Amino acid sequence: MSAPVSSNMAFFNQLKKYYTFYTGGFIAFVIILAILEQMGLPPKIIGYIFLAATILLYAGIGVMSKTADVSEYYVAGRRVPALFNGMATGADWMSAASFIGMAGTLYLTGYDGLAFVMGWTGGYVLVALFLAPYLRKFGQFTIPDFLGARYGGHLPRSIGVLAAIICSFTYVIAQIYGVGLITSRFTGLEFGVGVYVGLAGILVCSFLGGMRAVTWTQVAQYIILIVAYMIPVVWLSVNITGNPIPQIAYGQALSGVTAKEKELNDPKSVLGAAELTVRAIHKEKAAEWGEKLKALDEAVKAGNGAAFHAEQKAKVAQKLADLKAAPAPDEKAIKGATKDLDTFPADVTALKAKWKGAETGAKGKAGAVPAHAAAFSGKGAEKKLMKEAAEKGETPAPEAVAKAKAEDEKVSNSKRLNFIALVLCLMVGTASLPHILMRYYTTPSVRDARKSVFWSLFFIFLLYFTAPALAVLAKYEVYHHLVGSSFASLPAWVSNWSAVNATLMKIVDMNKDGLVQLAEITIGGDLIVLATPEIAGLPYVISGLVAAGGLAAALSTADGLLLTIANALSHDVYYKMIDPNASTIRRLTVSKVLLLIVAILAAYVTSLKPGDILFLVGAAFSLAASAFFPALVLGVFWKRANYVGAVVGMTAGLGLCMYYMYQTYEFFGVLAPLWFDIKPISAGVFGLAAGFVGVIVGSLISPAPNKEIQELVDHCRYPNLEGDINTNAA
Amino acid sequence: MQLTEKHREYWSRNLNLTAVLLGIWFVVTFVVIWFARELNEIVIAGFPFAFYMGAQGALIIYVVVIWFYAKRMNEMDLEYGVHEGDD
Repeated sequence: MSAPVSSNMAFFNQLKKYYTFYTGGFIAFVIILAILEQMGLPPKIIGYIFLAATILLYAGIGVMSKTADVSEYYVAGRRVPALFNGMATGADWMSAASFIGMAGTLYLTGYDGLAFVMGWTGGYVLVALFLAPYLRKFGQFTIPDFLGARYGGHLPRSIGVLAAIICSFTYVIAQIYGVGLITSRFTGLEFGVGVYVGLAGILVCSFLGGMRAVTWTQVAQYIILIVAYMIPVVWLSVNITGNPIPQIAYGQALSGVTAKEKELNDPKSVLGAAELTVRAIHKEKAAEWGEKLKALDEAVKAGNGAAFHAEQKAKVAQKLADLKAAPAPDEKAIKGATKDLDTFPADVTALKAKWKGAETGAKGKAGAVPAHAAAFSGKGAEKKLMKEAAEKGETPAPEAVAKAKAEDEKVSNSKRLNFIALVLCLMVGTASLPHILMRYYTTPSVRDARKSVFWSLFFIFLLYFTAPALAVLAKYEVYHHLVGSSFASLPAWVSNWSAVNATLMKIVDMNKDGLVQLAEITIGGDLIVLATPEIAGLPYVISGLVAAGGLAAALSTADGLLLTIANALSHDVYYKMIDPNASTIRRLTVSKVLLLIVAILAAYVTSLKPGDILFLVGAAFSLAASAFFPALVLGVFWKRANYVGAVVGMTAGLGLCMYYMYQTYEFFGVLAPLWFDIKPISAGVFGLAAGFVGVIVGSLISPAPNKEIQELVDHCRYPNLEGDINTNAA
Repeated sequence: MQLTEKHREYWSRNLNLTAVLLGIWFVVTFVVIWFARELNEIVIAGFPFAFYMGAQGALIIYVVVIWFYAKRMNEMDLEYGVHEGDD
């Protein structure tokens, strides 16, 4: 079953040598570029060199790992050592959302954003305890393989294939979107072109060598992404706290941030008083947007939605015409107005969403600064009441205070419930996403599969426990060095980014006092990671490195996902169901053709820019959790689970999850009332419950599975049994 | 393939270990979240406790839990003679 110790050890040592050499080479490459930058190489060229060099590198590994062997193609020959499988899983797992988005989400939402940090790491405990060792012992190629063998018949396998495709495809769209974004940002190509350039990068890795090529490129990608993430954060930490270990040092920065939050919220302090003037302006703006929204709603109610939309658009067009007709045309204003007209929402629903967003933004800035570390803050009804009463010089009635308190508590409790639901969905989803589970088929033994989960989480952990530190350090920098500084001498990174992209960094002197107030700054989440090198005062070459890291994160995840989809179709549908006698060459050809088709389809869907990325990612987790987790876990831990149970459970779980999303996510426009206040991104909690009930009830009302299946369960439970059956697929 | 008493004992010890580790996972995740507002009152080295758990503490415990499970199970495989061939 497993290769002799000596050959495995030799292979491991050889890999260690290769990757040490590779890491050294990569660092040398960065240093050479840094020297060239000092000698005057322009930033744009550095960006190009970085992207081209890394994609060529991945392509090189892909070509070197090309294979025509089925086991090599599907599971990398089952000889990936635990440590390297851990790195590959890390890269497979950490997507553009983790690399670029995570620290920004934490910056913007504080404690409430930690649901992602916990959810995306804690899931590995479930992988380790419930799935990885048992799936490795089973030892075939795909997750539907296990469902097919454990529950018998084509139906459980087919539902598995369908679910694997739905959740992987949803997720891959988010990844290709990230690839397009990074390529276009750092090379100046159009977003649509960037998508296809990135796609070429994805395909060169997986097309020739399947899982084998993907595994070895993912190890290389992990090394790049972790180096790229750490360097700027460590530097920033030294700059701010004098301590090179950001994960420890940021406690000090957090105290600084908390103190500053108090000062900014204190109307008696200089800074606090200045904030109040800006907040008053935001309050007025929020009221204006409210009026506009009211007019829009009335028009829609009266059935004049389309006319209202046309009227608003005409106003914008008129403004542009007026500007152009002015005796001395203001170029900047004309440019702005042209953009307003070009990006004007297509219909009245989109217009409403845009205005609603503006109103929410203004309202948020009109309020006090939320505390970074505070959990589930209420809506502040009690505070407001006390403040109003104090202004009038009276004490509020006890009933009114109690009512405000209850209101606050209700909001806070609902936040807590949603936080828990999201953490649960992300965790269980982690333990159900086929592209991750598949990775544990590639280790040499059950023993290594267990160790490999540990290495996987360890490598993921390195990035995830750094992100909260980065968020706090960046906040410290903004609160202490940007707020209160003069508009005449803004830090370079602020003026650079606000010139490049207003959605990432926007800063306007609203109260015309010449000084920066916190409420005058608008920051987009992605800015935090992208701008850290500049905030820390590092040369441009490090920015290029960060872009290469983000690209590595997005490419590696997209690779794993595309391979999962293509394998589900070629192995589970074509080979297992349509033509079990197909030759090896034919199977691999079918797989590669499908990979190409799926990749192009995914890129096409991405170029249409559907929906919100964070929702797409969350949806993929909820769907995977509902469809797979109950059937997989009960398949190992409950011998009584059978065919009917699996079919009922998987259908009910997936069905309910999709139904709830359709009913409540605004994109679909139904907007039915929420169940227990749970947001659509966490629809998986209902799907998961339905899945477990379905498997249990379905199994109990039908006969127990036969002896062979019971033996298969025992086979999976024990790493080695005397007279054991062999289910390893070759 | 006949399972012996020893095999059953291996499996039940595995289930016990799984249950205990799952309990730890549950407490550091969900119990801490449930009481986050109260636990945040405790501040250690600049970190409110629940915030620290969510940002780092729980993550460290997850890593240790998985490490311990792998170590313990790999030892138990040998103890009960259900380990795989050469490695």
